[in-house]
Amino acid sequence: MIAEFGLAALWLAAALAALQLFSGVLALARPGEGLGTVVRPVAVVQGALALVAFAALIVLFTRTDLSVKLVAMSSHSAKPFIYKLAGTWGNHEGSMLLWVTVMGLAGSFVALFEKRLPEKTMLATLAGQAFVSLGFYAFLLISSNPFERLPIPAAQGKGLNPLLQDVGLAFHPPTLYIGYVGLSVAFSFAIGALVTREVGPAFARAMRPWVLGAWIFLTVGIAAGSYWAYYELGWGGWWFWDPVENASLMPWLAATALLHSASVLAARNALRAWTVMLGVVAFSMSMVGTFLVRSGILTSVHAFAVDPERGTFILALLAINIGGALALFGVRAATVSEGKRFALVSREGALVFNNVMLTAVLGIVLFGTLYPLVAETMGAQVSVGPPYFNPMTALFVVPMLLVLMIGPLLRWKQDNLSRIGMRLAVPLLAIAGAAGAVIASGGVGLLPWLGILLAAGLAVASVMPLRERNLKRTPLAVWGMVAAHFGVAVSLFGMASESAFSVEKLVAVRAGDSAEVGPWKVNLKAVLPVAGPNWTALEADMSAQYEDAAPLEVRPQSRSFWSPPQQTTESALVTRWNGQLYVVIGEEADDGRWQLRLWWKPFVTLIWYGAILIAFGGLLALIGRVASDIRRLVARDKIAYRRERQGR
Amino acid sequence: MARIKPKHQRLVLIAIALAVLIAAGLLAAWGLRNQASYFYVPSDIVAKPPESDRAVRLGGMVEKGSMKTEADGITIGFVVGDGKARVPVRFRGIVPSLFVEGSGVVAEGKLAENGTFIADNLLAKHDENYVPRELQDMSEHQKQQVVAETAEAASQ
Repeated sequence: MIAEFGLAALWLAAALAALQLFSGVLALARPGEGLGTVVRPVAVVQGALALVAFAALIVLFTRTDLSVKLVAMSSHSAKPFIYKLAGTWGNHEGSMLLWVTVMGLAGSFVALFEKRLPEKTMLATLAGQAFVSLGFYAFLLISSNPFERLPIPAAQGKGLNPLLQDVGLAFHPPTLYIGYVGLSVAFSFAIGALVTREVGPAFARAMRPWVLGAWIFLTVGIAAGSYWAYYELGWGGWWFWDPVENASLMPWLAATALLHSASVLAARNALRAWTVMLGVVAFSMSMVGTFLVRSGILTSVHAFAVDPERGTFILALLAINIGGALALFGVRAATVSEGKRFALVSREGALVFNNVMLTAVLGIVLFGTLYPLVAETMGAQVSVGPPYFNPMTALFVVPMLLVLMIGPLLRWKQDNLSRIGMRLAVPLLAIAGAAGAVIASGGVGLLPWLGILLAAGLAVASVMPLRERNLKRTPLAVWGMVAAHFGVAVSLFGMASESAFSVEKLVAVRAGDSAEVGPWKVNLKAVLPVAGPNWTALEADMSAQYEDAAPLEVRPQSRSFWSPPQQTTESALVTRWNGQLYVVIGEEADDGRWQLRLWWKPFVTLIWYGAILIAFGGLLALIGRVASDIRRLVARDKIAYRRERQGR
Repeated sequence: MARIKPKHQRLVLIAIALAVLIAAGLLAAWGLRNQASYFYVPSDIVAKPPESDRAVRLGGMVEKGSMKTEADGITIGFVVGDGKARVPVRFRGIVPSLFVEGSGVVAEGKLAENGTFIADNLLAKHDENYVPRELQDMSEHQKQQVVAETAEAASQ
């Protein structure tokens, strides 16, 4: 029953999306007939119904209802509860249902809480949101029905990929999806504003909190995904430029650019068309990412050609949504009047620079991700990795970070560098100090070297905007900016330190033997078999000693899951304030020695702490913006109330 | 800059943005031509070897009886073949779980001057659902062989 109930809710939600679209369009075409009043409530109910459908699927998974095809294909009754729950979105159909649920809920929240947009723009926005949703509802219902029953219930499920059976990963997809799909609001706002030609500071202020919210989730989601790949794959790396990773990075780059251009539009009424364009691009990148991950095209163009239904469907949705939005942009952009002027050296100028560089990085990543697909259709098999991505992105990221040191100190409209010259002395000193330290340590590659210098300068420069400010009166949004920019420095330092100072050791040792890696002394005591709920493993009982500190216990495993049958390496990590020891156990050689792979990675954790700081900065800004909006609304209501009373 | 008209400012901004983005596009094209890593099967390597400093991928079958572990217990040597040609491979590290003789493998690395392929990374089948994309284009016969032999090795 629950499956049928969920399916009914999904159909109903799709029907309401259609109603939302048509009533929105009709209300715009024939204002004054009261049609517009239904749009908001319909949007709210549509989101709620999608949530009901998703909840139904969660119930099916937690009960392991094997009469449902999806559950039988990707779950197993012997799985721990949390992975049964996470299994709901650990497969194609479930994750697409999560997609439309987030999309529907985003529309609901906009309908409930967005009070500042002019009513017409609001109608166009919700109609746009419904249009995009409708496509994805159709995709789910026609080609990816998550509630499909099996003619005969399965005796047992096939299980979830063991790599995905991890607490960190259980909540990674929902976080990422909220970010990914939350950007649909920016897309719909852009459509709404293009339809009604109301692009101005008010539009930017209305859009900003929504973009910030999605961006925070996206930031946390990317960081969590990176940490998961780092410890679960056992390869010691934290970013592989894998197409799936790039698929999440590209919307983030576009959304970051959008946040910065929206602040120019909000404060100075400039960059109008550009901001709208970025709103379209950001969510388009989310859709491109969904296509790459969900169509199977990444495994092989040929695999895609064998079972093209899903891929073609998403591709058609992409073409309709992105093509339609760009066409609308092309028609309307010229009629969006020019924004205010500004000088090259000004806050606006710096933000434009940030935007152009971010867009260039986005282009580099997009080309690199799509190139193997294009090459494959022409008969060549290639893969694109760090040798391409690292230097190419650095070419644009380095100048961007240099300008980031100055940008927040500049005044709006017009400024000159000599005014802030003295203040630049402090970050320059930090850079010089870091340069001295790096040269003293010697043997560091060019990119890590640059990274450490930039991180030192940026760490100091990022807090400079707080100087000469009354800290108690500094708006939360400014604190947020400072925290986020400082986070960039922290994360950058972690990345540079990891690639410059990591020590790796590959050894084969017998039980009782020791190995040294950096400041650590690692001792293998024994290798013993252990068992978990749905796996067995060989576990190394080891102790690790940092210089003269007390030895710590370390237990890396080589796990064998039986449903589906698969082996995973479970690395063991020892975290200190100044870095991580990373231990992986390999195979037993014929002579009884065990292979060990050891890394000492100084300050590697700063990569993710920095990312958390960036997201925290976003959160501060979001709270600050929303609080001031509420204050403004309350004040407006009070004034209106007083006027009304005086009028009597 | 201060005195130009808004319209001109917009044009200047568009021109700058376009110039940078076109530059990024050209750079990307150049970088992709130089840094993309091509896929080779052993007969390609023998017929037309890649330059020695160029990162490439080598895919094929690990020949039975060819795998040897060196004295350090960490470095292994094996031969990858495709029925027509054979390439010796050296790899230092922990091999993937399902890496066994007689099964398919993709090695990432460089071809040394002496004709040995020095692998930095090995990709093998993770499970029955995942196959490295290069291995998917092997002939049906080869594929069946891989599946049969991997299953056989796994059951031992």
